[in-house]
Amino acid sequence: MDIPYTVDARPDTGMYNAKLGIWLFLASEVMLFGALFSSYILLRVAAPEWPRGASILSVPLATLNTMLLISSSVTMVMSWASLKMKKFGAYRVYLGLTLLFGLGFLIVKSFEYGAKFSHHLYPGDSTFMAIYFTLTGLHVLHVLGGMIVNAYLWGPGAKMWKTAPEQFTNRVEVAGLYWHFVDLVWIFLFPVLYLL
Amino acid sequence: MSHSADAVSHADAHAHHEESFWRKYVFSIDHKVIGIQYAITSLLFLFFGFCLMMLMRWQLAFPYEPIPLIGSLLSESMAPGGIMSPEFYNSLGAMHGTIMVFLGVVPLAVGAFGNFVVPLQIGAPDMAFPKLNMSSYWVYAAGGVVMLASFFAPGGAANSGWTSYPPLSDIATTGQTMWLLGMVLLITSSLLGSVNFIVTIIQLRAPGMTWMRLPFFVWAQLVTAFLLLLAFPPLEAAGVLQLMDRLAGTSFFLPTGLVVSGEALSVSGGGSPLLWQHLFWFLAHPEVYVLILPAMGIVAEIIANNTRRPLFGYRSLVFSTIFLGFMSFIVWAHHMFLTGMGTSISTFFQTTTMIISVPSVVILSALFLSLWGGSIRFTTPMLFALGFLPMFGIGGLTGLPLGLSATDIPLHDTYYVIGHFHYVVAPGTILALFAGIYYWFPKATGRKMNDRLGKLHFWGTITFMNVIFMPMFIQGLAGVSRRLYDGGAQYAHAAPVLEWNVVMSIGAWALAIAQIPFFINFFRSMFKGEKVKDGNTWEATTLEWSAAPSPPIAHGNFETVPSVYRGPYEYSAPGFPQGYAPQNAPEKA
Repeated sequence: MDIPYTVDARPDTGMYNAKLGIWLFLASEVMLFGALFSSYILLRVAAPEWPRGASILSVPLATLNTMLLISSSVTMVMSWASLKMKKFGAYRVYLGLTLLFGLGFLIVKSFEYGAKFSHHLYPGDSTFMAIYFTLTGLHVLHVLGGMIVNAYLWGPGAKMWKTAPEQFTNRVEVAGLYWHFVDLVWIFLFPVLYLL
Repeated sequence: MSHSADAVSHADAHAHHEESFWRKYVFSIDHKVIGIQYAITSLLFLFFGFCLMMLMRWQLAFPYEPIPLIGSLLSESMAPGGIMSPEFYNSLGAMHGTIMVFLGVVPLAVGAFGNFVVPLQIGAPDMAFPKLNMSSYWVYAAGGVVMLASFFAPGGAANSGWTSYPPLSDIATTGQTMWLLGMVLLITSSLLGSVNFIVTIIQLRAPGMTWMRLPFFVWAQLVTAFLLLLAFPPLEAAGVLQLMDRLAGTSFFLPTGLVVSGEALSVSGGGSPLLWQHLFWFLAHPEVYVLILPAMGIVAEIIANNTRRPLFGYRSLVFSTIFLGFMSFIVWAHHMFLTGMGTSISTFFQTTTMIISVPSVVILSALFLSLWGGSIRFTTPMLFALGFLPMFGIGGLTGLPLGLSATDIPLHDTYYVIGHFHYVVAPGTILALFAGIYYWFPKATGRKMNDRLGKLHFWGTITFMNVIFMPMFIQGLAGVSRRLYDGGAQYAHAAPVLEWNVVMSIGAWALAIAQIPFFINFFRSMFKGEKVKDGNTWEATTLEWSAAPSPPIAHGNFETVPSVYRGPYEYSAPGFPQGYAPQNAPEKA
């Protein structure tokens, strides 16, 4: 007996297994970041004073990063849509762009971190810096994880298009759902850390 | 199917799946093998955690006396001159709790029983993601190794209690860092596992297996998986924050102006120790239901099977379990009544705590009422299941005074608390887990466990567990604190109840002796136990017994996809020659 609904959707739930799995995983990720954002709120209300993010961090760089991640989400959807339309070449281009945008995000982020360290600003300096490095650090790890998966699907994993195109399309969809979540976390991080 | 045809098809299957030893027994992706791996590993951890406690009980009963035999084997920092050091005592306490909960009971209840039984009961060939299933076991094993290795870290294993409250844990020795890393691995493992369970139960149910036809055990595992999925990440967040405190010098949990050993700590401050407590208990209260729900599921299966009648109130059991799952997320701060949260917050949490006791009582009452009018078979698993009912009852009822803020104030952090939750977990959950082992052992091995040894094991276990835990209520009501190195010898108010320490310690060592029949039975029955003739040893109605051979076929479980025609517990079914109606039997046999 083979495991059912690995590729096709189960009629009564309307989903294939991996899609339900990734949604559940994202639910747990919401709880992880939810707990961290709650910690941020509790620490901030309890603090006698709290710096404005813009006075320490670079808003222009963060705005650039926001644009990069939003663009990468768009190209991610386009890559999946290309597969749905059986355009493998377009898929490669769009997913490649997604990877480049992600890489751009990481480069900008490393400049930001570098600037903080060169001004001798470390996590141990204040609760604000502690929160900043912890939240963005965890987010960067999530970006990296997503990029590794995307790079695999762009490179060696793409061989599956020839043998099992439907399953491959599903994989890209699932990777995309995760990538959008990573984008969404940044959409919360940007105002919380840089603007408020 | 005739026997020879059966043999041929088996030989065929083997020819197609020629698997190496490593693929078959070590890095297997078959849910049954992974379930057994979980079972054996977690039983070893249960035994190890129990050994830690037996060591502690020596110091509690005979403080400052050299530990006989073992004392000389321990290192100089653990037990100088054979006398247990206070630091080592603290390590033992913290690691006993951690190992029992996160490496023993939960992996056995969820990883082992969930993995082995759930796909069989819903008529699935395997878990939804077999490779994920394998990795969740190996990540769990890695977490266990990190926890064990921490005993050899400078300063010993974690010693800030299983709750790891800061600021103490923030400034504790290296063992605490390893504890945190170990926990991150264990949380990752349970995350992978819970996603797998939920997808399996939702997606892989056999044709006809509607929601209200699921065995109660599957419902219990489904709610448990949701609790693990959503409650563990906040502890992971807390673990990350504490790691940052310890490794990157942040002050998430360190308040301003903290003085350690007479010197001001050179940190930025501004953090909150209470924040850790909130994040920790946000997990650790649902964790209580993670410990108890699978146990209730096991007991329900065994009671229905051995009373030969349907469970009383199947629907109310299911809805109570779901309601319990939701409520368990909003009761956590009843562990924190003494932290000065304020009376209005305390009132909220004591109200939700009283509400959550309602579904627990519904479940326990339904299980009790299921006995009414049944023709009970006193098999070994049934004895353990019957033992669970009053023991869990004691554990649950003694929890009520702890859930009300006024009565919690004198009882907080006393032995009363220890007595309460051990009644829930030890004579409660662990009895149910033993019941499950005796019940599903023939399914896994094709051989039954010995009944006489099983009964000996039961009576010894339940007797000595009560000898250990009942006096804890007496000591706790007298006000003896739970974390005393000498068991209270230096306190005048503990003097009248001090002699119970010796009684409890002898009980603990006797409990170890009472496990010998189980060890013998477990290994002997594997090779010499009575062979199961047809697959359905217990004449059960659920699919794992009625549709699959014992042991089930590797990689696939069933010969053909079973179809389900009815609910799980139709034991007194007229019109069926055996007197019961398996879920996969068509309308009339």
